[in-house]
Amino acid sequence: MEILPNITIQHYLWLSTTLFALGVFGVLLRRNAILMFMCIELMLNAVNIALVAFSKVHGDTSGQVFVFFIMVVAAAEVAVGLAILMMLYRNLRTTDTDALNNLKG
Amino acid sequence: MSLTEIAFYFLSFLAIFSALAVILSKNPVYSVLYLIVTFFSIAGHYFLMNAQFLAAVHIIVYAGAIMVLFLYVIMMLNLNEEQEEKTKNWVKIAAVVSACSIMLILVSLISKSTYNMGKAPMAGDAGLVQNLGKVLYKDYLLPFELASVLFLAAMVGAVYLSKKETSKS
Repeated sequence: MEILPNITIQHYLWLSTTLFALGVFGVLLRRNAILMFMCIELMLNAVNIALVAFSKVHGDTSGQVFVFFIMVVAAAEVAVGLAILMMLYRNLRTTDTDALNNLKG
Repeated sequence: MSLTEIAFYFLSFLAIFSALAVILSKNPVYSVLYLIVTFFSIAGHYFLMNAQFLAAVHIIVYAGAIMVLFLYVIMMLNLNEEQEEKTKNWVKIAAVVSACSIMLILVSLISKSTYNMGKAPMAGDAGLVQNLGKVLYKDYLLPFELASVLFLAAMVGAVYLSKKETSKS
């Protein structure tokens, strides 16, 4: 099932998988909250690539509408998340997630 | 090897390597810049798949809005590399192991799947603004309006959260 000449849906799924795994890796590895946000964006975009590829395969526009909504949610998420980060930094002077252990018993 | 194949592989490697650079670079500003490269290569993939509207929106929203927001916050917080984050060793190992196992699971799923039926319909113009707009305003009108409410809530939330606390007492 080719999307482009000689490029099948599997190629796009492998690309999407790799980007998603890299995003997971980044979220787990980095302790800086802003970097973790960026890796979450990476994961969202990996899913978007898979959705667009499937939409292309099926000739159905709905997949691309879903991608549009994912972008909407990502933008809202980044706006609120960065505001929360600013508050955190103002109160604790750090964005290191290991320092945020006030709720630990 | 045709031109589109070369473009696909070039954009894929660009996306993956810049994603790696996002994760591994020490300075957050460099991470943001590499993330912009990743987003542009993903937009290139959308162009290759003839999803022109999404490519344009992706560049506008991600490279235009979200990245500016990230850069602003990083520069306002003045995060430089001297604030070296110290990741514990077992966390590093755990991160590598879990990322590799997720990758393994997904790759084995994809390679085992029998999702390969027949010929693709290949409606080449599914991603054009006209068709996408029709679907968006006909079938997905309610989610579209709800998205605007979500944006309003996010905007109010962001303004409220980042407001300097005035001393009430």
